Amino acid sequence: MPAAGLTDGAVEIAPGVHWVGALDPHLRSFDIILKTANGTSYNSYVVRGENGVAIIDTVKENFADDFFRRLESVAGYDEITTIVLNHLEPDHSGALPELLKRAPQARVYLSSRAQMMLKALLKPTGGKPPEYIPVTTDDQVDLGGRTLRFLHTPYLHWPDTQCTYLVEDGLLFTGDIFGCHFCDARLFNDTVGDFRFSFEYYYAHIMRPFREYVLDAVALIEPLELNLIAPAHGPILRHQPRDYVHRYRELATPRLFNEARSEKTLVVFYISAYGNTRRMAEALAAGAESIGGVRVSLYDLEGGESGIFTDLIEEADGLAFGSPTINADAVKPIWDVLSSLTTVNVKGKLGAAFGSYGWSGEAVRLIEDRLRGLKLRVPVEGLRIKLVPDANELEQCRQLGELLARHLTGRLEHREVDLAALA
Amino acid sequence: MPKAKVTFQDIGVSVTVPAGTRLIEVSEKVGAGITYGCREGECCTCLTKIISGGENLASPSVLEDQVLKDNMAPRGHRLACQAQIIGGEIVVKPA
Repeated sequence: MPAAGLTDGAVEIAPGVHWVGALDPHLRSFDIILKTANGTSYNSYVVRGENGVAIIDTVKENFADDFFRRLESVAGYDEITTIVLNHLEPDHSGALPELLKRAPQARVYLSSRAQMMLKALLKPTGGKPPEYIPVTTDDQVDLGGRTLRFLHTPYLHWPDTQCTYLVEDGLLFTGDIFGCHFCDARLFNDTVGDFRFSFEYYYAHIMRPFREYVLDAVALIEPLELNLIAPAHGPILRHQPRDYVHRYRELATPRLFNEARSEKTLVVFYISAYGNTRRMAEALAAGAESIGGVRVSLYDLEGGESGIFTDLIEEADGLAFGSPTINADAVKPIWDVLSSLTTVNVKGKLGAAFGSYGWSGEAVRLIEDRLRGLKLRVPVEGLRIKLVPDANELEQCRQLGELLARHLTGRLEHREVDLAALA
Repeated sequence: MPKAKVTFQDIGVSVTVPAGTRLIEVSEKVGAGITYGCREGECCTCLTKIISGGENLASPSVLEDQVLKDNMAPRGHRLACQAQIIGGEIVVKPA
């Protein structure tokens, strides 16, 4: 039952609170990175107070007709006093420019970081910007007998994201948090069937890179009385809504205690055609171990698949990659790992590269560029060694390992360099 | 071209740079722990604590001032992607 069976009108989710969103059952991938086997929904909500009506988020632009039709079934445009933008990504703000034309008197409430996005979004309309008010945790809007209270929950999954709590009813409008790409006209979690796979898949691809922010948001949400969670995608969570908050806490917390957590961790990945890059990796690892306070792990990429290393990489403090150069490039297993890290946060980790080469030796520099692109810090120039490393060159590998360990443990001697020498 | 010296306290490195360089350009090349996001002065990810020599950075633009204020940045903090080095000595570390 994807879109069939849903009326053209609004759907009441609580007294005086309506869903006015849109269903998109034919969508098969979202933002390129997510598969959507039964489509998705763009959830928008209307809250009626004694002194005015609030709209919480809108829908993707090409579903604006559905949104306006449903909105008109429960409110007049002249009644709208408040527009809340929990998240400005186009799938939630697509109908906003038109809504502002129809309800120009409405005040827009959004997070402080959303202000720039709002200006960028309204740029093509060329009109006068609406009155907008940046809000943060505990700021409130009185709709008359009903209060909207804001929660600052950034980076879930954009810097601008926030949640909005309808105080008197215990309803939480969460934007993308607790959402999923799942399209079903029955709308509610206790009627749509089993959508757990979609909930977990969404978390893994959208929220996981921001798990520290997930835990901050969950800490703000847990003390609230929760009768219903109204996310911006997927089923409305009216049955045991708190279970979904608990699940987010579980998902954002490593399941097993990390025995290595008391030390810094350096994970060395390598792949080797003739054993030369492997010998470099072993020497580097031995050097790093010798410093103390760093737990080093060595993995041959030939013996694994990139996906299984993601958990390891997420927890590591430092990452070193060793690759030979073949046809002027690092080899595919290295790129497979380095192109599969969008679901975890690697920003600020220590990164390094090394490798043996026969003729041109581009791999090391290419890996370093990729590590910098992923926003790792790469403070030590990588090591390239021509063919078979001799004793002196293996000593250089050891020294590279020592230096990486010193970076990880903050035991560095001061050095002076010229920027031109780093270019 | 006038030169300046920036010290990244977290990694113990001092870098001689030409005046006019932005902090993020140096930080990225030397591998200091200042992380960044948009590089356009909006996301505040590259917030940096200026330990000393703040007067040797060009004054913040209206945009940077606003973003620092919006994010409740303490005094003595700048956005590395915006802060331009004009000379002298500066000591910084990630916020």
